[in-house]
Amino acid sequence: MFTLSPEGQEFVKAELKRYETTYSAIIPCLYRVQKEHGWVPPEAVSYLSKLMAIPEAHIDEVRCFYTMFNQKPVGKLHVQVCTNISCAMNGSRELADALCKHFGVNDGEVSDDGKVTVSRVECLGSCGTAPMMQVNDQYLENLTTEIAIQKLKEMGA
Amino acid sequence: MEVKLLSEHYEKPEFQKLEGYKKHGGYQVLSKALKMDPKAIIEEVKASGLRGRGGAGFPTGTKWSFLPANGEPRYLLCNADEGEPGTFKDRLMMERAPHQLIEGMLISAFAIGSKKSYIYIRGEYDYPIAVVRAAIGEAYKAGYLGKNILGSGFDHDMDVYAGAGAYICGEETGMISSLEGLKGQPKLKPPFPAIQGYLRKPTIVNNVETLAAVKYIIRDGAAAYRKYGTEKSAGTKLFSVSGNVVRPGNYEVPLGIPLKTLINDVCGGLRPGRQLKAVIPGGSSAPVLTAEESWKVTMDYEALAQMGSMLGSGAVIVIDDSNNMVDMLSVLMHFYHHESCGQCTPCREGTGWLNKIVHRILHGHGETKDLDLISKVAQQMMGKTICALSDAAAMPAISFVTKFRDEFESHIRKGGHTAQVRGAAHA
Ligand SMILES: Cc1cc2nc3c(=O)[nH]c(=O)nc-3n(C[C@H](O)[C@H](O)[C@H](O)COP(=O)(O)O)c2cc1C
Ligand code: SF4
Ligand code: FES
Repeated sequence: MFTLSPEGQEFVKAELKRYETTYSAIIPCLYRVQKEHGWVPPEAVSYLSKLMAIPEAHIDEVRCFYTMFNQKPVGKLHVQVCTNISCAMNGSRELADALCKHFGVNDGEVSDDGKVTVSRVECLGSCGTAPMMQVNDQYLENLTTEIAIQKLKEMGA
Repeated sequence: MEVKLLSEHYEKPEFQKLEGYKKHGGYQVLSKALKMDPKAIIEEVKASGLRGRGGAGFPTGTKWSFLPANGEPRYLLCNADEGEPGTFKDRLMMERAPHQLIEGMLISAFAIGSKKSYIYIRGEYDYPIAVVRAAIGEAYKAGYLGKNILGSGFDHDMDVYAGAGAYICGEETGMISSLEGLKGQPKLKPPFPAIQGYLRKPTIVNNVETLAAVKYIIRDGAAAYRKYGTEKSAGTKLFSVSGNVVRPGNYEVPLGIPLKTLINDVCGGLRPGRQLKAVIPGGSSAPVLTAEESWKVTMDYEALAQMGSMLGSGAVIVIDDSNNMVDMLSVLMHFYHHESCGQCTPCREGTGWLNKIVHRILHGHGETKDLDLISKVAQQMMGKTICALSDAAAMPAISFVTKFRDEFESHIRKGGHTAQVRGAAHA
């Protein structure tokens, strides 16, 4: 059965009081689930629904609308390569292909050792330092394939 | 060429923290503003000619005066969703000068009589979110936020709300939906947010850069602000320049600067041996300019509108002759198709079709008549939907296939050729 940690449950209670409506706490609480579990499993929805007194259907709708909530497990390092225009012009699509090849995955898949997921994403607001990627919470900029692989190794890939 | 008003202290790491910010005059403008008549602040902002820096360029003072006269709680929302491809100016400001944004917001909130504001920051901006949260914490401790700010009797609370990955939440009513705990779907206007916004209360939504500029307008006065820029496009603007220039980055320059100066002098020009092919002057939603147009145009709202494009968010995407325009358009169409929230049929279906047709051409399965089809589909997407995303997808599509028709046709011919060769190999 899905649960949040005791601190996570406290977080949910505090968020419910933080905004003008309890609904505004849904996104922050889904983030909390993801922080603790790496993704947001469907079971988390009924769990939050009870804890927050908000209908399941509504929480699920929010979960599915926003792309940052992972709908399935991701690797320990979630590598998100921006393939929008300025990055694409600077070789980000080739970078994404090279990373997929290096880690033996297709877009969005978890590597066999569970360490890496490579996804292509839209503009991350770092277009002046293209090509770039986000690894978990961190932005890595001005990349080449070699630098990217090196950094990922240092991060435990 | 560069005029550093908002970005003056970006290079000083101390500016990120309250103590360093105060060394450079931090919160003195707030103290001045709190002694002014709120109406006088609105008048000053109107007189400054400040226009929204988030994309639409709407006059800020005028927007503020749409609020109902009295009573009722009203909200100020700072739009830090920054999802328009090519744009990265708000991120830098939040990272380098968070207190400048908070001070600008406090002055604006006082002017419009708002006791509560949110900074809606896109969820991917983990570091800026942390910096802004820390700055808000410092401001509360020092008495710039909370009850009876600086003994003025003005109360104000501020919080950060992190988005979760949806370009459409940058659209102001989409952002309001998101903040209300709903899917980030835009709402039909009217009613405009100033009348019925967040929780159906009067709400002002402004971009990060707009709100920060308010601080400098109140500090120096409208007349001093107007010294920069042109008659109708007053002040300085942060341009995010990316793509094929030698020195991409954020640059603050007066509005009205020739694009040529921005590219060649401020950004170090194109890479050696390369020719300019095109520029998208205001973020991915702005119609593309040819090289010829780019070398002529000045970077202000009017000049760009006259060329059939727009200043948008100030994201200048410079495209040199190493790029294929069919490929560039395919990237943009994929983006809009991915980001359409799906409420309106013309947008949901239209972005899907545009994406499909452009990719068909890209991969060598296109026909010349597809170019007219693109224009036709795009025309049908304009002015018919709840929000402007549909137009934002349609306009670049039309501009690409019209202005670069030769390149599209030649790609279709060559693509057709490759297809034949492949076909022959199969036979
Ligand atoms: C699809 C779409 C996306 C938008 N994204 C942003 C954004 O990321 N940031 C922003 O400030 N404005 C964005 N806008 C414009 C906002 O709707 C709104 O006009 C703006 O935040 C108002 O602030 P301003 O008057 O200070 O520019 C977007 C508009 C549309 C139609
Ligand atoms: S125009 Fe597109 S993005 Fe905007 S509300 Fe309609 S479907 Fe959603
Ligand atoms: S285009 Fe890649 S970060 Fe903006």
